[in-house]
Amino acid sequence: MRAGKTMAEQAKNGKNQEPLVVGRLHKSFGSQKVLNGVDLSVARGETVVVLGRSGTGKSVLLKLLVGLQQPDSGSIRIHGQDIGGLGMDQLNEVRKKIGFLFQQAALYDSLTVEQNVEFPLVRHTTLSDAERGKKARDLLASLGMEKDLNKMPSDISGGMQKRVGLARALALDPDILLFDEPTSGLDPITAAEIGQLIVKLKKERNLTSVVVTHDVHGAKSFADRMVLLRDGKVVIDGTFVQLEKSPDPFVVQFLKDAA
Amino acid sequence: MLIDLLQATKSGIVSFFEWFGELGLFCGQVVRAAFGAPWEGRELVRQMDSIGSKSFPLVALAGAATGVVLSLQTRESLTRFGAKAMLPAVIVFSLIKESGPVITGLIVSGRVGAGIGAELGSMRVTEQIDAMEVSAVNPYKFLASTRVLACLLMLPLLTLAADASGIFLGWISTTLSHPMTLRLFLHNGLRDATLNDFLPPICKTAVFGLIIGFVSCFQGMRTRGGTEGVGRSATSSVVLSSLFIILADVILVRFIQVVFPS
Ligand SMILES: Nc1ncnc2c1ncn2[C@@H]1O[C@H](COP(=O)(O)OP(=O)(O)OP(=O)(O)O)[C@@H](O)[C@H]1O
Ligand SMILES: [Mg+2]
Repeated sequence: MRAGKTMAEQAKNGKNQEPLVVGRLHKSFGSQKVLNGVDLSVARGETVVVLGRSGTGKSVLLKLLVGLQQPDSGSIRIHGQDIGGLGMDQLNEVRKKIGFLFQQAALYDSLTVEQNVEFPLVRHTTLSDAERGKKARDLLASLGMEKDLNKMPSDISGGMQKRVGLARALALDPDILLFDEPTSGLDPITAAEIGQLIVKLKKERNLTSVVVTHDVHGAKSFADRMVLLRDGKVVIDGTFVQLEKSPDPFVVQFLKDAA
Repeated sequence: MLIDLLQATKSGIVSFFEWFGELGLFCGQVVRAAFGAPWEGRELVRQMDSIGSKSFPLVALAGAATGVVLSLQTRESLTRFGAKAMLPAVIVFSLIKESGPVITGLIVSGRVGAGIGAELGSMRVTEQIDAMEVSAVNPYKFLASTRVLACLLMLPLLTLAADASGIFLGWISTTLSHPMTLRLFLHNGLRDATLNDFLPPICKTAVFGLIIGFVSCFQGMRTRGGTEGVGRSATSSVVLSSLFIILADVILVRFIQVVFPS
């Protein structure tokens, strides 16, 4: 009874609340502490870039946000709803509003490029076959993939797989996007195009996004804020200009190495 | 030395029970996921094709070989004991009651178990299963329940195919040395058969199907450790499902004798 009421309140408040709030997040694998009290909040329409060296738990953080892994402690609120307490069906409702791009694209390799993008549409929309196909093709065309609709994922390059993964993540018109290294493994031109796409999505649909990347300078073009992780904690959280001014030796070193 | 051995045995036993418990939970999740919309009809048909139709040639061939071998070998012993007239009945009964089901079960566990273990295993390690969950699609339903159901439905049909091709080739092999029409062969073979001889062994293979489906989906979906892990899952799917088929066969044969006496 009580739980039901707070849930309804949360949902009602959800509209004006920050779409993504993470508090005191801890996660270990066995004896290895990966996240050690991460705090992060992302405002509506904001693009936050998460930086950090390889193995600091950036991918783990994104997976926690969609409930693919469970945190040891801490809270994750999406549109004001704490996803830790949700049942499978409720969690799935939340997930339908989140687009997720995996680091290795994770395309379904028994399906063609077009079918990959249609997969979420088949399951969660009432579109007809024709409408669905058109939507998938439009999305793929907007990412320059219109020539490879009927290829299998194993027959296209890594960068193309990324773009198909991105089209699939956008298929259900999500309002939150989580990108795990959207530009790594892409040539500079395609990487810049993906950057422009992120800016465009933000402008047109007011999308909230979290982008994990190594590429600080590429990220300048679309980042409203940057968050640097180290040893499972947030070292600094601010604009790129604030990062540049930071006296913290780790931040200075990180920016110098990235240049 | 002895202590080490005891330790190893103990941890082996503990991890076996852990594995078994997890398998039980997995089956529960798959069964729960299987009921309720959306019905993954298209995926079910695709799996029935890849599990059933594509196993058909191999299973029919194995059944045929068994029929020939049965005919060749039992003819000799039956002739020696002066019971040559029993040959058709011996071939038909041993195919239907035991050889057909077990050979089908073991062959399908090899072909399909390895396939499912490797496919789901590589979907796991390349995060395709995670991607499915993020798309709010339940992999227990879409991937596992369709495969388990396809195994459950196809095994009895494949067994019928093995039985039929075994009986047919058994007749051919028999008639080559002692000419006899197929009609007469079947008449002699089936004269004393009742429904209790036919149905239980066929239903038994549905249990084999469940074993193959559950064990190999479970092994596939819990894969860890990259491509090496995929290989391990494929192997362990085959080994474990064949092992459980053999065990289940012993139990089910006794069960059938008690519940459906002929
Ligand atoms: N399922 C898991 N089991 C055990 N350890 C894990 C698991 N997933 C991640 N880890 C560990 O957590 C740490 C963080 O991994 P993660 O993939 O998040 O790094 P990352 O910051 O994304 O690195 P990269 O930039 O190279 O992608 C690693 O040391 C990894 O070994
Ligand atoms: Mg990563």
